[in-house]
Amino acid sequence: MGEGQPAQRKSEVAREGARPLLSVRGLGIRFKTTQGIWQATRRIDFDIAPGERVGIVGESGCGKTITGLSILRLLPGNFAGLDGKILFDGVDLASCSPRQMRAIRGKRIAMIFQEPMSALDPVFTVGHQIAETLRVHSNVGEEEARARTLEMLRRVGIASPERRIDDYPHQLSGGMRQRVMIAASLICGPQLLIADEPTTALDVTVQAQILELLRDISETSKTALMLITHDLGVVAETCTRMITMYAGEVIEDATVDEALVRPLHPYTSGLLRSLPHLSPRHGRLPSIPGRVPSIAEMPAGCRFRARCAHATKGCEAEQKLQDAGGGRKVRCWRFAELNLPGALHPPDTSASARVARQ
Amino acid sequence: MTAATAEPRRDAIVSVRDLQVRFQTSDRRATVKAVDGVNFDVRRGETFGIIGESGSGKTTIGRALVFLLNPSAGAVLHDGIDPTALSRRQFQSHRRDYQIIFQDPNAALNPRMTILASVLEPLQLAGVGNSAERERLAREALERVGLPQEFGERYPHQLSGGQKQRVVIARALTLKPKLIVCDEVVAALDMSIRGDVLNLFADLQRDLGLTYVFITHDLAVVSHISERVAVMYLGQFVELGPTEEVAERPLHPYTIALLSAEPRPLPSSMRQESRIVLQGEVPSPIDPPSGCRFRTRCPHAQPLCTERVPEWRELKPDHWVACHFADRPNFSNN
Repeated sequence: MGEGQPAQRKSEVAREGARPLLSVRGLGIRFKTTQGIWQATRRIDFDIAPGERVGIVGESGCGKTITGLSILRLLPGNFAGLDGKILFDGVDLASCSPRQMRAIRGKRIAMIFQEPMSALDPVFTVGHQIAETLRVHSNVGEEEARARTLEMLRRVGIASPERRIDDYPHQLSGGMRQRVMIAASLICGPQLLIADEPTTALDVTVQAQILELLRDISETSKTALMLITHDLGVVAETCTRMITMYAGEVIEDATVDEALVRPLHPYTSGLLRSLPHLSPRHGRLPSIPGRVPSIAEMPAGCRFRARCAHATKGCEAEQKLQDAGGGRKVRCWRFAELNLPGALHPPDTSASARVARQ
Repeated sequence: MTAATAEPRRDAIVSVRDLQVRFQTSDRRATVKAVDGVNFDVRRGETFGIIGESGSGKTTIGRALVFLLNPSAGAVLHDGIDPTALSRRQFQSHRRDYQIIFQDPNAALNPRMTILASVLEPLQLAGVGNSAERERLAREALERVGLPQEFGERYPHQLSGGQKQRVVIARALTLKPKLIVCDEVVAALDMSIRGDVLNLFADLQRDLGLTYVFITHDLAVVSHISERVAVMYLGQFVELGPTEEVAERPLHPYTIALLSAEPRPLPSSMRQESRIVLQGEVPSPIDPPSGCRFRTRCPHAQPLCTERVPEWRELKPDHWVACHFADRPNFSNN
């Protein structure tokens, strides 16, 4: 944190909603393959306000991970091109030089991944790795870096950090490693933390600890969180807004409560209904027929059309992400006439009523 | 009569008595007690769920149930008989009745074999009928799991994850087993197709009278599909009972914490306000805590919990628990 940023950030938070911290417009990513150029994502539009916690949900292959990586311009070797704009605090990351990106990565935007073991270097102590981030980005001495590392380890809930700071990654448990990763990502006081399935590899009791930590840190330090996950429960517990992706596109953008109670896109509704939490025990689980279209043969028009129970004439037309009122967006032209069930339908099934009672 | 010496119930298809499975660490200096004294019966035609976190020993139990590994002590009885007492030949034909399916269908299917060839393989190994007969049985199995005929000629890479898991299920069905151990069988599948596969398991059970042991870390899955569920912690069962009871009136503090920790896809107005967040992580099974193994993370631990191993007792009809204080009023938050 240097150069008077904290003060500037505070004022931004005060004007929350006035100007988004991150504003993605028309983002599309293309890859080279042996079968030609593939369009992995297209027309991605969304905003994240300062300090806001947004979940990006979708199933495997929907483009959620690549969207997260593209914000940091961490794209794989077969990357073939990027369209659109990634405005971060007014700067278009899509047109930044590698040098400019290096100054932003780890300092103003940080990222954590599913598997902390593959992100940590096994031959350096965790203290060294956390301090390194700090020393690369700001002009602090060894002593101060160590002191701030200790402080950060304490903050992420590592007991007796003065004993742990000189441990190597293999000496820590999975949950502790993820805490170390969070400490390393937060040491420079980033404005945005991108977390890609940060708890998927962890046990449910440890997952609860890490989600609580992310929520708490985001609230106290006003760090915006972009949480990429396939788990709607994780989003409901952690985020305030939910962006649903399908086949490389954003198909719905709403507050978590709105999306869960009254989803506007048939895919969001189908996903919610397929969760075993929400069906009567031993009953049949609703499911979405068919499968996600292959990236090589995306249909024209609505990409969900072939699996959608509400598909009709008109769905073969290109679908725009349209304003659904109240800050909600949906990529379905029929949204206003469909009254789709969410997490609370059918009303008062044993599962939802039971949870409500607890 | 303690559980360890109890006679198997008449409707037990599998009876597990004081099961222990130990492994040597790679440097051979220590022993991991992966499963350490577990007792239960699986009843014919039911789905028996086992839930636990990583390292709890749930997968080891699953493997021991079908003798992919042998118990270090204790017994696993199939229909009242001890398969380890059978001759090699008898055992080979016996084990067809007890199948296991794993999480990752990619690891279970040979990428260079067609789907039909993969499904035929167990029939060939078992020497069932002639080749025309075997092909008929294999195609029947594929149809039963809802795969169209032409899939037989395809290769695994041409199928989606859900379709591949159907092939693996079809292959387990070819030998007409009585029991299938399902180890995290839907964990690798996307949510929208998980329901399909779980529905398929339910259909097969109804049509073929199968018994399942469903091993998973996913509370929502286990409580949806199982009639009874066991909760495992550090190599032991801490609770076992009808799913309804365990999910809604849990007796063990670990079960209560596990239920409370599960993230629920519900709007904020319906989410529980206070959740129990357990401190720390699961201790090493090489050197488990004395007394009650959960005491190091238990919010209610007392001195007694360090001193004495809690007895495995039937606190309510059919509802077992291993906790000194489970019968205290207001102990659980129900």
